[in-house]
Parts: sequence; C-alpha cells; structure tokens
Amino acid sequence: MSLTHQDVARIAKLARIAVTDEEIVAVGAQLNNIFGLIEQMQAVDTDGIEPMAHPQDVSLRLRDDVVTESDRRAAFQAIAPQVENGLFLVPKVIE
Amino acid sequence: MKWEVVIGIEVHVQLNTASKIFSGASTAFGAAPNTQASAVELAFPGVLPVLNRAVVDKAIRLGLALDATINQKNVFARKNYFYPDLPKGYQISQMELPIVEHGKLKILVGEEEKVIGVTRAHMEEDAGKSLHEDFQGLSGIDLNRAGTPLLEVVSEPDMRSVDEALAYVKALYTLVTWLGICDGNMQEGSFRMDVNVSVRPEGQKEFGTRREIKNLNSFRFLEQAAKYEIQWQIDTLEDGGKVQQATVLFDPDSGETRMMRSKEDAHDYRYFPDPDLLPVCIDSAQIEAIRAEMPELPGAMQARFVAEFGVSGYDAGLLTGSRALAAYFETVAKVSGQGKLAANWVNGEIAARLNRDGKEIGDCPIDAARLSGLIARIADGTLSSKLAKQVFEAMWDSELSADAIIERDGLKQVSDVGAIEKMVDEAIAANPKAVEEFRAGKEKALNALAGQVMKASKGKANPAQVQEILKHKLA
Repeated sequence: MSLTHQDVARIAKLARIAVTDEEIVAVGAQLNNIFGLIEQMQAVDTDGIEPMAHPQDVSLRLRDDVVTESDRRAAFQAIAPQVENGLFLVPKVIE
Repeated sequence: MKWEVVIGIEVHVQLNTASKIFSGASTAFGAAPNTQASAVELAFPGVLPVLNRAVVDKAIRLGLALDATINQKNVFARKNYFYPDLPKGYQISQMELPIVEHGKLKILVGEEEKVIGVTRAHMEEDAGKSLHEDFQGLSGIDLNRAGTPLLEVVSEPDMRSVDEALAYVKALYTLVTWLGICDGNMQEGSFRMDVNVSVRPEGQKEFGTRREIKNLNSFRFLEQAAKYEIQWQIDTLEDGGKVQQATVLFDPDSGETRMMRSKEDAHDYRYFPDPDLLPVCIDSAQIEAIRAEMPELPGAMQARFVAEFGVSGYDAGLLTGSRALAAYFETVAKVSGQGKLAANWVNGEIAARLNRDGKEIGDCPIDAARLSGLIARIADGTLSSKLAKQVFEAMWDSELSADAIIERDGLKQVSDVGAIEKMVDEAIAANPKAVEEFRAGKEKALNALAGQVMKASKGKANPAQVQEILKHKLA
C-alpha cells in the first residue's frame, strides 16, 4: 500500500503534529518505507500463533488499594502556565 | 407503518476503590480541585501506571454475577484523543481483550422475563472535568476525577422498548450496588449511561441507523431522552428523511436531544496495546476465591422468596431492589412467620412512606423487629387492616412497639361474638330500610349495615365476623 499526501496530512492532524506541504512529501516517503516493512512482516504465516500484547512474557504486578499520594497541588501548579481557584486554565474547549 | 425500537446501552460504573486505578491518589468525591491529582493523572514525563488490585477483583465479581467469561489474560490499550481533561493524550482502556465478555442479565418487564446479553465489561480510567462557564475564553480543568476506576459495561442491542431499557439499567444498578463494587451515587456520576437508539420497520432484519445519547445520569432522564429520540427518528423517517449516525446530548430543560458538534476524525481512536502495562493474568484460584465470597444474587434470592415465603414474582422483584431491603423483608418474614403479609407491608406502606419522606430502607424509623410485631398482631386477628394502619402511623412517629400502641390507644379488634351481636342487633333495628333492601336482593345494603356496626365499634370490630353475623341474622 502507498499513503497519499491526504493520508499523511490526516495522520499528522490526529497526532497534533504540524507539517508543512513540503514536509508532507518527505514524511510520506518515510512512512511508506515503514509500511513497506510492515507489509513484509504481514507476509509471514502466523497461523496458530497467539497475538503478542507485550514483548516481555511476564504478567502485570498489581498494587494494593491504598491511598499513598498526598496533595501536591501547589508544587504541580507552580509550573503551570495559568491557574485559578485551583483549576488549570487552558484555551476554551467545548464540544 | 409500525416501527420497532432497538436499544443497546453502555454504562460507566465507577468502582468504589479508595485509590485510583493507576496511582495511589484518593478517589474521594468533592475535594478541592486538583488536590487529588497526582503526577500520574497529570501525565508528568516518566511516570508509569501501576494497576490497583481491587479494580481487577471488582471486575471479576461483576463478571461472575453476569455469568460471563472472565478472560484470565486481558490487555490494556491506549485510546488516543486530545482533550485537556485527559493530559496524557490517551485514555487507558481495554479493546481486544477485555476482562469480562459474554455475560447476561435477566430483567423483568411487568411479569415478563427477558435475558439481555452483556457483550463485554472492561476496565478503564475516568477523565477529569472541564468547567467552561466561569472563565473568559478559557476552560478550567479539575483532574481529581481523572484516574477513577471505571467498568464500562456494554450490552447487546437486545432491548426493544424504553421499558426494557429502564429494566436493564435498573437491574444492572441493583447488581453493582448489591455486589458492593459501586456506591451507586448517581448525582455524583457513579453510574453514567450512554443509550444507542435506532428504529426499523417491523419485520425488517437489518438494524436502522443509530444515534447515541451520551452521558445520562438518571433513570428519569434516560426515559425522557429515549422516548424523545425514538419519536424524533420515527418522525424523521416518516417525513422521508434519513437518520445520520451521530452522538447526541439530552437537555433536561427542553426535554430534547440535540447533536453534539463533533469533529470528523473524532472517532479515530487508533487503539493499540499500552506498552506501559503488561497483560493482566488472573489465575483460577483467584477467581474461585472471589466466587466463594459472592453474596446470594438478586435473581437467586427472588426465586427463593417465591418458594420460601409464597410471595409473587413481581413482589420478589421489588423486595430485591437492594440488599438492605431484601434483608429487612427476610427478617420480617421470618420473625412474623407471615411472608405474604410481610411482602405487602414492605412493598406497600413502608415503601410509600419511605418514598414520601425521601428515605432509604436503612433510615426506616420502623425496624424489622417492630414491623414483625405489627404483622403478628394482624395475623392473630388482634388488628383489622384498618386498625393496623392506624397503629402503623403511630409507630412511624414513635419508638413504641405495636403491642404498646394497641394497649395505649385501646385499639384491640373486638372479636367477642356477644359484643358484636349486640351491635349488629342495634344496627338492624336502627336501619329498617337497609334491611328491607337487602332482603329484596340488594347485596350492597349489607355493606351499609356493616358500616354502621364498624362505626359503632369505632372501627374495632372484626370486619369478617361482622359480615358473618349480619348475614346470619338477616337470613
């Protein structure tokens, strides 16, 4: 498969990465190389092989349900661009 | 044209853990903004999620209660989207391998039973809250709720009416509170429902195009929203229009659903397994240990109440609305030895009074022992049902037992034949017209006479005896 410039623009938009029209050409070529590799991998016969969710064959360690964090809002908000009444302020977003 | 409604429902159940799903921050509701948002919820660089064991245990509990498959290996995935209430840029959820699949939940609509399929239930993190009103051109973000554990419970599109949809969400609500995995506080968002609605001409196999009503937090809103949406879709189709797949919001003020402004790429979440989290492995011993601790479930308890106490299926359904209510009823039924009477009183007077006062069974001023005392006096004929209500009123506003009130107010039912005969004779003598009418075949006249006797006894005469003696005397 080959990605069109439109595909590349859409992928960039979904990832919130700004790309110029010139960059789209270069990025598109790189992405197509990656997809080429994926195509090769997809040609391998994987019948009967369990899909792998993680490269390490170990299971997840769990923690007990205990509150261990204290309030560190002041420290966290000291580096926030804008706060008010304990809230982080961001450019207006509304659906 | 006749239309058939098809409904499927997704419910976000907040689990009642002490700490968050992936961090040790508190989940307590109502704290000052961002005081319970740790570096994990804020998505600081380098932080890693560590899964809370209680979330897995509670998911297994629900899975067992839904008679579902527990996937002993399940996987967390990233659901990617950009929104400031989720600073990571993705929600940790489950996609291909959720913890619970293929469950079923029995519902009762009127007297009719139906089984609704539960496609899956998966673990995920809740997002924060955005406040849009108070700031000029800005939104305020509170991340206290971010990372609160959720189980998203997804049903099959098995419901065919709003009544079935309501019965399903209510049955699920009962179950998650019964199991003690959710606090059930709907005002605080502990149980949030998304309802997928479509209509199709009756007899058509394919589903119609659906619209999803998002984020309903009360059963009444669900009912209003679904009814409005169904009518809107039918009207649209009958006017020759088409229903476009969309997400809509319900506005409780107008009672209408309206389209959400949504971006064209909004649903491209690009799920992939989260490399920060290894697969969750659950061994059979853990499942069996949880199974051994499971309480008797509402469905099993309903069947037992019918068999053990002779109550109707409908009454058993009401009595198992919550574990506290079921326990209350069972105590009353056992102590009084009167299952049916106990059911009538718990579902009748008690339910009505609690409802009137906005109280739950746990706050009921008459405890199970006192209600049992009242029922025992009805069963042994001391109280007529009318007198029993009078005693009940007095009990509701005091700490006294039924016996103490009967004694204090002299409310004992008169079952002394001699005394009743005397009052009957007086009534017959005083109402020759009614006597004549009854003898002429007017059955109703007997009630008038019985009423006179009851009045003369100040309501204390045993009504069955009054009727019997009257009939005997007039025969």
